[in-house]
Amino acid sequence: MAGGDGVLKFHVPEPEVRPGGTPDFSNVPIPKAGSVPRPPVDVDPRQIRDLAYSIIRVLNRDGEAVGEWAGTLTDEELAEGLKHMMTLRAFDTRMLTAQRQGKTSFYMQHMGEEAVSCAFRRALAPGDMNFPTYRQAGLLIAGGYPMVDMMNQIYSNEADPLKGRQLPVMYASKEHGFFSISGNLTTQFPQAVGWAMASAIKNDTRIAVGWVGDGATAESDFHAALVFASTYRAPVILNIVNNQWAISTFQGIARGGSGTFAARGLGFGIPALRVDGNDYLAVHAVAKWAVERARRNLGPTLVEYVTYRVGAHSTSDDPSAYRPKTESDAWPLGDPVIRLKNHLIARGLWSEERHKQAEAEVLDTVIAAQKEAEKHGTLHSGGKPSTRDMFEGVYETMPPHLRRQRQQAGV
Amino acid sequence: MPIEILMPALSPTMEEGNVSKWLKKEGDKISAGDVIAEIETDKATMEVEAVDEGTLAKIVVPEGTEGVKVNTPIAILAVEGEDIDKAGEGVGEEEAKPAKSAEAEKTAEAPAEDAGGKAREASAEPGAQKKAAKAPAAPKIEIAADPDIPAGTEMVSMTVREALRDAMAEEMRRDEDVFVMGEEVAEYQGAYKITQGLLQEFGPRRVVDTPITEHGFAGVGVGAAMAGLKPIVEFMTFNFAMQAIDQIVNSAAKTLYMSGGQMGAPIVFRGPNGAAARVAAQHSQDYAAWYSHIPGLRVIQPYTAADAKGLLKAAIRDPNPVIFLENEILYGQHFDVPKLDDFVLPIGKARVHKSGKDVTIVSWGIGMTYVVKAEAELRSLGIDTEIIDLRTIRPMDLDTVIASVRKTNRLVVVEEGFPQSSVGDFIANQVSQRAFDHLDAPVITIAGKDVPMPYAANLEKLALPNVGEVVEAVKAVTYR
Repeated sequence: MAGGDGVLKFHVPEPEVRPGGTPDFSNVPIPKAGSVPRPPVDVDPRQIRDLAYSIIRVLNRDGEAVGEWAGTLTDEELAEGLKHMMTLRAFDTRMLTAQRQGKTSFYMQHMGEEAVSCAFRRALAPGDMNFPTYRQAGLLIAGGYPMVDMMNQIYSNEADPLKGRQLPVMYASKEHGFFSISGNLTTQFPQAVGWAMASAIKNDTRIAVGWVGDGATAESDFHAALVFASTYRAPVILNIVNNQWAISTFQGIARGGSGTFAARGLGFGIPALRVDGNDYLAVHAVAKWAVERARRNLGPTLVEYVTYRVGAHSTSDDPSAYRPKTESDAWPLGDPVIRLKNHLIARGLWSEERHKQAEAEVLDTVIAAQKEAEKHGTLHSGGKPSTRDMFEGVYETMPPHLRRQRQQAGV
Repeated sequence: MPIEILMPALSPTMEEGNVSKWLKKEGDKISAGDVIAEIETDKATMEVEAVDEGTLAKIVVPEGTEGVKVNTPIAILAVEGEDIDKAGEGVGEEEAKPAKSAEAEKTAEAPAEDAGGKAREASAEPGAQKKAAKAPAAPKIEIAADPDIPAGTEMVSMTVREALRDAMAEEMRRDEDVFVMGEEVAEYQGAYKITQGLLQEFGPRRVVDTPITEHGFAGVGVGAAMAGLKPIVEFMTFNFAMQAIDQIVNSAAKTLYMSGGQMGAPIVFRGPNGAAARVAAQHSQDYAAWYSHIPGLRVIQPYTAADAKGLLKAAIRDPNPVIFLENEILYGQHFDVPKLDDFVLPIGKARVHKSGKDVTIVSWGIGMTYVVKAEAELRSLGIDTEIIDLRTIRPMDLDTVIASVRKTNRLVVVEEGFPQSSVGDFIANQVSQRAFDHLDAPVITIAGKDVPMPYAANLEKLALPNVGEVVEAVKAVTYR
């Protein structure tokens, strides 16, 4: 059959395992922690092409921080980082339950990917702008955005900062450097480049960060963003969070034959790095490297975070239809919370007891925020967004025909 | 107080589901987060986690029960210190309540339906509950016979979802050149399960999962059509097809013309269109008016399962590019579909859904649900409506509309899209040109509000057309 007979064929990639099979990641090469060198930020991109095919890792199996990428965070910052990830996880748990209770219609969790957004946020300065996807709420948690406001948005209640207009978890906060999330994929990627170029045009010092998932790299917008970032050397960081699954579609469908997603940057001459997305220290170190490049006008950086989406894509998704239930247990890069916890314990800064206590404290904080938010209502009960708000914000100034429609609605 | 475990809404549009399996039994201790049951929706089977801690005192809805309404108590949880038996009993007495109130709500929505008697016994045993829950939300009106279906044809009840799947499967069996591509159409069986079973029957060469790029796979589809295949391109929603509109409008629709007639694009672009529930501004748009603007395209927007099947088969066979606009809310609705070996309907022909003499109401797709509900209320007011389901937006069967207006002298058009430059505007214009002397009242066009779709339930409801508006419009044109 193969070749020779002149009949043309095309190829449909298949994941290694389907439901019912035994998960096997033995074909995913995981370099030793500390084995990838840290180049200077002004390195010639041609000198570091191999970084697009490796994985930068800092934490080793014993919880030690090793290699040239280690040492970017203080003890206090690390302890705080752990707290951010634990908070995000507790937040997710409570909101998933709230969805099942009918308090909201929809939720998207971060389980397994907490380190990516929480650690990245630490490398940014106030005024920098993120153009995130729906799985980077750690940018808000680690940036100090009030959890109550996030919950008010999820519940679409009378205190919803987005006035009942936007889907749950599609937060927006200009002040916290969190661009309004688009439900339609990848539109934010070229926008991040445009924002960064505008910052340069205005002689400003603020940089932009674009975020995208592995699946959405197939979109035209992804490639367009790379062209512009490359041509104009925009002060932007382009992040690909490769969590292995684009809803039900495994990452091989979008990746094709290029080996890695980071390697997409090489053809554009953009420095491209792959990093262990479940390693808080490694994510921060790489983020810091890329941020410095942007600030020093050295141009864009493309970063692929290798991680795993442990939970369902959203509350409307059923992963058991397309992957083995135990696949997340087999994921070779472990759990980001446990890995940072073990590191802190190894350094004598933390203990199992303190962790338990912190878990309880974090949960209390999240529950307190939830109670506060629920005072303002949930999707189907209590305070609701004002009907007036439906007609506001379509234009800067309300045109007469909308004013008439609003009056007809009796508000 | 014992806690009622309610049938969860696993997705924004879910109204009912099947309790397929209990993973815990009565008497089991349960912690928050434990998976207690598997619930099957029309889209997927999902695990339900316990929200609270306690002991499973009573399973109210046994496994295997189908059509369980969201928020119906499915089990009782005794919290710490409570007597399990008592907890079960206590709530058992209240059992009938939620079912009753759910039914009451339905009755309010559908005054013509004889819902009362059945409902009262509904909660006693699962079979009855299934029946009650499966009762259609819209009042049944006799759908007028379609002259394109031979009289005496046996009819089978099926959902719009099944009708669409059958249409594709039949055409794929009939013609090797037909294939389907899109996001999650193969392995996952379709995001809305429209391509259920197709991968298994036709294999990965003809049921192709694509990367996430509507612009990309619409273009690949157009290329394949130019090469002589007949692609069916599924968009997860037409909202995502905004980025593919260049391929659709500038290539698919114009290639036959621009190539001097040498090659066209026999392709079907299909998928859910319009508002579902709680999916907000970017995911709730109706594209009927957009695509109806474009020469070279055919635009179909069916309401019933029979039309969905007959017209999708016609669309696949049509040598022109066809936009086939489905609706997520209609997917699960049952209709009678003729049992014929090869049921194909003509594109571009409206269907008289109900004959009447006082007023003509024109709608199509999901818009028909408002009209059908309004009809019941109007009937009680003594107004005899003629309802026309347009089915195809382009080419438009204006002759049927105008013939009806000449008879009734009054016209109301109902659609979900935005009001300016709507499909209804075009109809009103054509009627004013071709039947002006027959009109006894200005044509009223009903559409959504002129705002992006908000998310919040209260605002979403307000942004969409409603039955009351249809009733008011009809009363206005009939001077009641």
